[in-house]
Amino acid sequence: MSASATSGNPETSESPSASSDGITELQNAVIRFAGNSQDGIQTIGGFLARLAGRSAREVMTYMTIPSTISGGASIFQVHLGSGEVLSAGDEADFLVAFYQDSYNNHIDSLKQGGICIYDSDHVEELQEIDGIRHVGIPITSTTVEAIGGSARDRGKNIFVLGLVTQLFSLNKEKLTSLIDKQLGRKGEGVLRNAMLAFDSGFAYPIGDLLGEGFDLREGEQGKGDKVTTDGNTALTLGLLAGGVRYGAGYPITPWSTIMEQLRSELPKYGGLFVQCEDELAAVSMALGFAYAGHTSVTGSSGPGLSLKMEALSYATMAELPIVVINVQRGGPSTGLPTSVEQSDLMQAIYGSHGDCPRIVLAPKNVEDCFYVGVEACELARKYSCPVIVLSDQALATRIEAFVEPDLSSVICEAVLDQDARGEEFKPYPLEGLTKHSPPGTHMEGGKYPVVTGLEHDEWGHPSGSPVTHARMNAKRRDKIKALGEELSLPEIYGDESGEVLLIGWGSTWGPIRESVNRLRESGREVGTFHLRHLNPLPNGLEDVFARYKHVVVVEMNDEGLYGVGQLATLLRSRYCDPKIVSICKTDGLTYKVREIIERLNAITG
Amino acid sequence: MSAPAEPKKLTKKDLTADHPTWCPGCGDFAVLAAFYKVLEKLQFPHEKICTIAGIGCSSRFPYFVNSHGVHFIHGRALPLATGVSLSRPDLHVFAFGGDGDGYSIGGNHLDHAARKNVNLTYIVMDNFVYGLTKKQTSPTSPKGFKSKTDPTGAIDQPINPMKKLVYGGASFVARTHAAQVKHMMAVFERAILHPGFSVVEVLSECVVFYPGIFDDGNPRKGGDFELIDEKRWDDSEEDKDRHDVGDENAAYQLATLQYPGKFGVFYETDRPTKNQLEQQWIDSSKEKVGDASTADLIGSRFASMK
Repeated sequence: MSASATSGNPETSESPSASSDGITELQNAVIRFAGNSQDGIQTIGGFLARLAGRSAREVMTYMTIPSTISGGASIFQVHLGSGEVLSAGDEADFLVAFYQDSYNNHIDSLKQGGICIYDSDHVEELQEIDGIRHVGIPITSTTVEAIGGSARDRGKNIFVLGLVTQLFSLNKEKLTSLIDKQLGRKGEGVLRNAMLAFDSGFAYPIGDLLGEGFDLREGEQGKGDKVTTDGNTALTLGLLAGGVRYGAGYPITPWSTIMEQLRSELPKYGGLFVQCEDELAAVSMALGFAYAGHTSVTGSSGPGLSLKMEALSYATMAELPIVVINVQRGGPSTGLPTSVEQSDLMQAIYGSHGDCPRIVLAPKNVEDCFYVGVEACELARKYSCPVIVLSDQALATRIEAFVEPDLSSVICEAVLDQDARGEEFKPYPLEGLTKHSPPGTHMEGGKYPVVTGLEHDEWGHPSGSPVTHARMNAKRRDKIKALGEELSLPEIYGDESGEVLLIGWGSTWGPIRESVNRLRESGREVGTFHLRHLNPLPNGLEDVFARYKHVVVVEMNDEGLYGVGQLATLLRSRYCDPKIVSICKTDGLTYKVREIIERLNAITG
Repeated sequence: MSAPAEPKKLTKKDLTADHPTWCPGCGDFAVLAAFYKVLEKLQFPHEKICTIAGIGCSSRFPYFVNSHGVHFIHGRALPLATGVSLSRPDLHVFAFGGDGDGYSIGGNHLDHAARKNVNLTYIVMDNFVYGLTKKQTSPTSPKGFKSKTDPTGAIDQPINPMKKLVYGGASFVARTHAAQVKHMMAVFERAILHPGFSVVEVLSECVVFYPGIFDDGNPRKGGDFELIDEKRWDDSEEDKDRHDVGDENAAYQLATLQYPGKFGVFYETDRPTKNQLEQQWIDSSKEKVGDASTADLIGSRFASMK
């Protein structure tokens, strides 16, 4: 937690100043809820995040879900703040522990001066820790009392939400209207019980027990309400805005929620998403939609992307546009299905047989998921090739608040181009980009094209000619290179030159940025840039590298046989610069700011 | 979209593309000729014809038909064709392939295209052998067939395509012989006009790697081309013994006959297509949102997140 006078960085906060009425103003707070997945702790976090969006606060959440069907330990961490919130927080200011296990496993996640609220109906053995305050509340029995005898464990989450609302002086009216909106749909009984539990939590004298209360400040008003959502939802909406009208997929965690949403949403746009028998059919059907003239998507997570690789090689060869979402998770194989990792970069760029250049993008946060979704569609149509979007498990499930996109400037309406093609039409012109004539197009020359995976000449006729193969390989490569020419250098955050350049891609954006803030506050010259375009890379990065003593790539993947991660390997291969080194890890968790700084210090000595 | 001022009659000449690369004597030539003739008869608009295939000798088909076409990857012609069919109701979608492409590497897709009853026509040129890769055992090779992968004779029980298709849920299942062009044409025409997933299994001889295998079904080679006698629904005594194409059990019985068995339509049923069912959902979804624009629809999702 940090007091209002500080920079907003919880790690550097001075001791909060209590006002005379025993209410301490906070600019930021990290609250961790630890319980079981069926207790609905995600619901508490979801409501708090939604409230933040309505209160001009920034928010970032972090959750762990067990890969079991029901039950299992689960946490939901919410970082709320009126300043910049870049990560879900290394350590928690507040811990709410529902069970003895959750207490034992998470009490160490509290920072010095932190407060632990525990369910005294379940937690019996407390550890004496200096600087940690414990407040025991019979959460289970008080909730049962409030709702009525038959309620059993249900409603504890909403009781805790009431408790937290009171403790942090949150806006009760806004929150209850959110509860009303969300739970009202589930029926009167559900809503009534929820409100009973909420009121009971809100009325609980936690301030008396603690001897103080808090006021989590709202951000500056007037910017309008922010939207609050998770990465998979933002990506789904980005695809819709980008013109996707057809798609096909197969269920796999954590990709599934994108296909579920597309299945429900697309018919409203006159489109369709099909659940297929397997990943091979999914990518093939998506290519069928693309061939038919539509902007089309398929997606999966690591293992499923591997299964799609043959068809993606075809898409490069046949020059069909297709957007492919890969929500990365821990691998290899089934690996860690509900943990985060960035180990599919090489697979995304090089995973198919043959030389098959394609475009690879990665969003940096939830908001960016929307815009990357739009851009992927535009690039697929323009370059008529596969575009792979690398999201990840952490990004897919975490909630952030951001300014609603200006839809009028991003929306692309799908057009089925069936204008008759003249006699001179070539599906695979050597000079110029391929733009197919979808079936239904009248060919004035009388010759109809076959879209093919065999090497072919400009008219699509199969050709085994060595010259043709070399030329066509160059055509497919050069169009991706041309995109690289168009890309501007990524913006540098922090020092434009100096001791350390940190490079990241994907969901590590927040923790890297917060690391740079903290390092600079301690007087070091540190800058960072984040790569959205991973294939092709923007040109001119070598000039940026030259301005720093150390160039360090931060990734969530293994250091490999040669001591550097996947992006670092690519950068080393392109720039032949031994200065490029890696900070890697594969513990299935997002980076903590402290981790990055400690690992960096080990490199810089 | 502009169309020619006066649609001229679609002829075999218009439909002819590259000269087929098949070996001389290959059964697939006759399949291609029959396909041209049926299209000449049906007179679909030229640009609305779409031919799709995977990998194999017979999967070269799209190169030999001058129409919009796709030569895709091994075994996946049906899911791709499904994408084309579902999103483009204006097109006539045809998929082609062989026994390896359709019953082996693509076997699962065949079951699922069948159960979904996707509106397209699939023609399988079954030669009981892998030809393009030069004589390996195929899923329909009979036991004892000596190939490069079974030098002492195939040991695995072959797939029974007709059983697989009826079980899978194909709504039109027929069997014909490449040496019987007239029969082939009649069956193709019925398959094409059938709304839903229609499949025609054509015994099409590989004269290089499995010569003579289909002679038993060819009267000119001393075999017997026995036709299925379909019910005429004329209340006659003879009609009781005739085949009811709507009877799934009767179709299975036909499928279990000793090789070369009978030829004609095994099964035909009128079942809603996936195309129709999805369109109903699209229509009702669109009705609920009225004339909302893309911006309205996405905007309303964002509004619910505030």
